[in-house]
Amino acid sequence: MRVIAAMSGGVDSAVAAARAVEAGHDVTGIHLALSRNPASYRSGARGCCTIEDANDARRAADVIGIPFYVWDMSDRFHEDVVEDFMAEYAEGRTPNPCLRCNEKIKFAAVLDRALGLGFDAVVTGHYAVVRDGADGVELHRASDAAKDQSYVLGVLTQDQLRHSLFPLGDTPKPLVRQEAARRGLLVADKPDSHDICFVADGDNAGWLREKMPDAVGTTPGPILDESGVEVGRHSGTLGLTVGQRRGLRLGVPAADGRPRFVLDIEPVSGTVTVGPREHLAVDRIEGIRPRWCGAAPTRLAGDGVAVQLRAHGDEHRATVHVEDDAVSIELLDPAFGIAPGQAAVIYDGSRVVGSATIASTRRVEG
Amino acid sequence: MTRAPRTVYLDHAATTPMVPAAVEAMSAHLLEVGNASSLHASGRRARRVVEESRETIAQALGCRPGEVVFTSGGTEADNLALKGAFWSRRAGDSRRVRILSTGIEHHAVLDPLHWLAEVEGAQIELLAVDRDGRLSVAALREALERSADETALISVMWANNEVGTLQPLDEVVALAAEYGVPVHTDAVQAVGAVPVDFAASGVDALTLTGHKVGGPYGVGALLVRRELGLTALLHGGGQERDVRSGTIDVPAIAGFAAAVELAVKEQSVYAARVGALRDQLVTGVLSAVPDAVLNGAPSGDGRLPGNAHFSFPDCEGDSLLMLLDAQGIECSTGSACSAGVPQPSHVLLSMGRSEAEARSSLRFSLGHTSTAEDVEALVAAIGPCVERARSAGMR
Repeated sequence: MRVIAAMSGGVDSAVAAARAVEAGHDVTGIHLALSRNPASYRSGARGCCTIEDANDARRAADVIGIPFYVWDMSDRFHEDVVEDFMAEYAEGRTPNPCLRCNEKIKFAAVLDRALGLGFDAVVTGHYAVVRDGADGVELHRASDAAKDQSYVLGVLTQDQLRHSLFPLGDTPKPLVRQEAARRGLLVADKPDSHDICFVADGDNAGWLREKMPDAVGTTPGPILDESGVEVGRHSGTLGLTVGQRRGLRLGVPAADGRPRFVLDIEPVSGTVTVGPREHLAVDRIEGIRPRWCGAAPTRLAGDGVAVQLRAHGDEHRATVHVEDDAVSIELLDPAFGIAPGQAAVIYDGSRVVGSATIASTRRVEG
Repeated sequence: MTRAPRTVYLDHAATTPMVPAAVEAMSAHLLEVGNASSLHASGRRARRVVEESRETIAQALGCRPGEVVFTSGGTEADNLALKGAFWSRRAGDSRRVRILSTGIEHHAVLDPLHWLAEVEGAQIELLAVDRDGRLSVAALREALERSADETALISVMWANNEVGTLQPLDEVVALAAEYGVPVHTDAVQAVGAVPVDFAASGVDALTLTGHKVGGPYGVGALLVRRELGLTALLHGGGQERDVRSGTIDVPAIAGFAAAVELAVKEQSVYAARVGALRDQLVTGVLSAVPDAVLNGAPSGDGRLPGNAHFSFPDCEGDSLLMLLDAQGIECSTGSACSAGVPQPSHVLLSMGRSEAEARSSLRFSLGHTSTAEDVEALVAAIGPCVERARSAGMR
């Protein structure tokens, strides 16, 4: 096949590209320029947006021996990912821009362009497995549970998956690093990227305030306990997340001295409610905007059915009902700190069935 | 993608292969010891090579040897001319803080100008160009009438590197003389392609570089009249007329001089041969892609002989470049790659084109090694590549 290798400048995508070459594919490397102003987005080699990262990707392509180009996707990325990120936070939700980027950029804008240019697939360094199943291709968790990235790929449709290659899904990360070193790739010991690539220092709240100085969520407001008593003040709801504990600087200690967590965010009135951890427990999730890796299911139940509610989060056993674009998830055991805006990715065993965006949750009556 | 066996190199405006005479001249000195500033016999031998090279270049380009300042290339020569003249003119008269230039200059001119504006308080006025990318002389006249007393320098390129349009330098020089303002020109694309005579042109400073004329990389020169005082950028041993320090690169200068000498000697033959190839290329591309648009001045006296620059509507230049590259055909989007993100060409934007038009553009530039087979290969490939790139869409 003729494939496009999306190369971030990190070790994973470099090894994935090298493996694609070794598998006999005709590989062309590309680096996505996602920032309109790269210097301001990141300093150092932590993310996927810096000039150093582009150079690292270029050098990896040299070593692998494939052509290399930079594709400017900065406008699309801004419209589809960054603006969505801001709009979601402004509504008091907690988006996951990595899923959005996979859905709209890497396996949409990039894939479409690649197919248009005569390529057959896009290869990335994601830790996940695509394999043939009874009803088309299936997306599965990676063998290295610690690195598994099937969660952020849970937005891909059958058509997108058919044109995707994830050569690292069967390999633990330490072996990928060893392989990179063996292949002479200088990124072998480059640190993993964390956080959100376009937020330079990992400070989401600070970034959002800078970008949206006039948003409703920048107005200071009260932090109330569940009885309505003011226990602190916040400088704006932007960047606060349901389930958050740190950084609240509550002035009035809880009567029982136990830690308190954000239970609810109301951006318009600027009200934040806090309470003890057990009040974060939810047993039902309503999801919207479902994305299915294959045919849309109507009901999922049984031993293997589970949902994952955040990146690197635990699995929660569940039963799932689907009616058109509404996805109801009953959790068999309660989950804690579930933030609207995050994705609920639905698994059957190791297989990803699909995902939905969390619209609302039901608290466990206590 | 499958690699083509043969490379069709159509990017001579970026850099052109060294000519054998330059390789010979350069390699003759690579193993010789001798710092051109040393006083012993080896030093004198090295110095002699440098001074003979200086005389060769002066002879070829119509200046005096003492007017040749060797630099590390075109970018340094442009920086020296702009910053050096700005500082020196402002030191002589504190009102002179204005530089007149055009929006279609190379970044080696535009970036120093922006830097001077930001850091040194210079006032930069980028004069309008027409749809073909030719400076509006009326705009220059108007600017001089308005602010000649505050103007330190005029900088207008001899020929544009992207669309190949020659600039009305005679008129610029005549107007500048009326107002007593010195003129710098970046002529890196012009030397060897069109007749260039420093004294006859009347400019006060002229930039040229080795690797665009068949010489080595990393060496160039600023031709500069002694009357135009320059403040130094690089301080050290003062090797070049005290305005440029740094140990002199003897082999590179020898290769550079050999290349300039040959390029100037062959210029008219080169222009006729390469111009005819370029005309074939334009005709062939326009017949393969009828809605393609040739940008820049019409082929003829107003345009560099080796330059062809097109917009391909509904087509991403980046996509097209990649598809051609996969077939071994090498060209340029003409866009500057600032920080890894390809920007739409400032030249086309200055010429009044939209961002989409700018992004749909490609430059093919011919040179001394170009052949009719190169042109035929492009003409055969361009139609299907444009079709393919169109199906991949615009961003």
